[in-house]
Amino acid sequence: MSNTEKITPYPKAIDKVEFIYGIADSSLILAQRLSELTGHGPTLETDMALTNIALDLFGQVRSYYQYAAKLIGDNKTEDDLAFFRTEREFKNVLLVEIPNKDFAYVIGKQFLYDQFHYLLLRELQKSEDVTIAAIARKSIKETAYHKEFSSNWIKRLGDGTEESHKRMQTAIDDLWKYSDEFFYPTAADKKMLEEGVGVNLEELRKEYRSNIAEVLEEATLEIPELEYFQKGGKDGRHTEHMGHLLSEMQYMQRTYPGMEW
Amino acid sequence: MSEQEIKDLEKIFEERIANDEKIEPKDWMPEKYRQMNIRQISQHAHSEIVGMLPEGNWITRAPSLLRKVTLLAKVQDEAGHGLYLYSAAETLGISRDEMYKQMLTGKAKYSSIFNYPTLTWADIGAIGWLVDGAAIVNQVSLTHTSYGPYARGMVRICKEESFHQRQGYQIMYILANGTKEQREMAQDALNRFWWPALMMFGPRDADSTHTDQSMKWKIKIKTNDTLRQMFVDQVVPQADILGLTIPDPDLKYNEETGHYDFGEIDWEEFWQVVKGHGICNKDRLEAKNKAWNEGEWVRNAAVAYGEKQKEKQVKKAS
Repeated sequence: MSNTEKITPYPKAIDKVEFIYGIADSSLILAQRLSELTGHGPTLETDMALTNIALDLFGQVRSYYQYAAKLIGDNKTEDDLAFFRTEREFKNVLLVEIPNKDFAYVIGKQFLYDQFHYLLLRELQKSEDVTIAAIARKSIKETAYHKEFSSNWIKRLGDGTEESHKRMQTAIDDLWKYSDEFFYPTAADKKMLEEGVGVNLEELRKEYRSNIAEVLEEATLEIPELEYFQKGGKDGRHTEHMGHLLSEMQYMQRTYPGMEW
Repeated sequence: MSEQEIKDLEKIFEERIANDEKIEPKDWMPEKYRQMNIRQISQHAHSEIVGMLPEGNWITRAPSLLRKVTLLAKVQDEAGHGLYLYSAAETLGISRDEMYKQMLTGKAKYSSIFNYPTLTWADIGAIGWLVDGAAIVNQVSLTHTSYGPYARGMVRICKEESFHQRQGYQIMYILANGTKEQREMAQDALNRFWWPALMMFGPRDADSTHTDQSMKWKIKIKTNDTLRQMFVDQVVPQADILGLTIPDPDLKYNEETGHYDFGEIDWEEFWQVVKGHGICNKDRLEAKNKAWNEGEWVRNAAVAYGEKQKEKQVKKAS
């Protein structure tokens, strides 16, 4: 395809495609952030584990995008969806685009995402869309491991040294405002829920909060008390970090469009 | 131990080497043999670890999702190789931390090839094809090295490396058969990585300080020049299939010897990079030191948490 052509889903598939973006884009952007760390982790073991999580997430994203590309038709591919959409067309939550300020932020983002991702996949397994349900069944095994990994690190850092406790609390305090966006349904989410494809996101909020609280308590960390949360990513309104992340990720396809790699 | 006893042990050791028996961690070995193995295995481990950086440089910019996951998996394999190798060296009585710090301070060396920058996506192909290709030539020979844990580690590592080499070659193949820009990118990468790849085998045999004793004890199985020639013979036909030109006007098949003759390596450049003055030497060490220093509080936290958990268990039990 040419890079000037905009990706417009066929009308009948638009809600489902947007719904898939809502799930897959978050994993893509988080995996992209994780892959910045390969070779730069605090130990070889954590380096390998974070790379592994990135690999799992990219793998899941490819399954979702391949399906969405099929729904769009017109010979679109997974790479068109990853590399030729602009900021406003990405529907990931804001949380995952936040930079890796330090290892506490890496773990904080991962933890807040994994806890939601697991609940989402658990429900998606019941989707009436058999492809989405199959992807969820495959992915949940991986995500169960991610959730364990990030929860264990929350505990290690929270209940480790004075410094690690302080850093982990700072990261949680800062990231917390992005932890509610998951449960805000977009128009596509609502439509897919009606059709039996989607998930009632608002119903997951309570369980999410209680699971998070349990881990944070064990980690001797406090749950921030916040009046205002941030949202917008799921509607394509992102932080300023997003454009930079995309310009790096999309560099090759944008510079050399229409080539095989 | 009396002098005679040591002499007897040395005799048994030399006999075992002569009979191609593997030396195992608990066996007696001359101190120099131990030190030479520590040096070689840890250098090899450091090369895997530092080698993650030039390729890691392209993970976030890989041109397709498939290429991205393949590259991530490859770089992760390298971390795994580093781990096996550090473990193999640890059986000789040195800790991973100690070896790692020797690398961070620049006291221990790693392969100079990783001090060259990866400027385009084609460099990722060239590294897989040439750098992993050169590493395999060396490592296949090392599967017969006399120290058991190193030899066994090499068997496993070679399997993964040959997979990487094929992936790299495939990247080059697609580029070489792609658009004009892609072919130029591939040729440029070959131009820049060809000579550094030949330098990977080290100095000429005549100038190599470690070769004699190392060969005698079968730590090294083949000499630098022999391995280099094997590599050239292997790669030239592969370049022909790609339709790319090896940047050496003196490269020519020699009917008499059955090998390719090739031009003189720029030894001045070789020693410049070995001595720490390549374009990326400083950046590589800075990146590894940064990761290590910024990770200190994380490692401390993990230790402190582990101790707290142990205390809790002890309290529970009593």
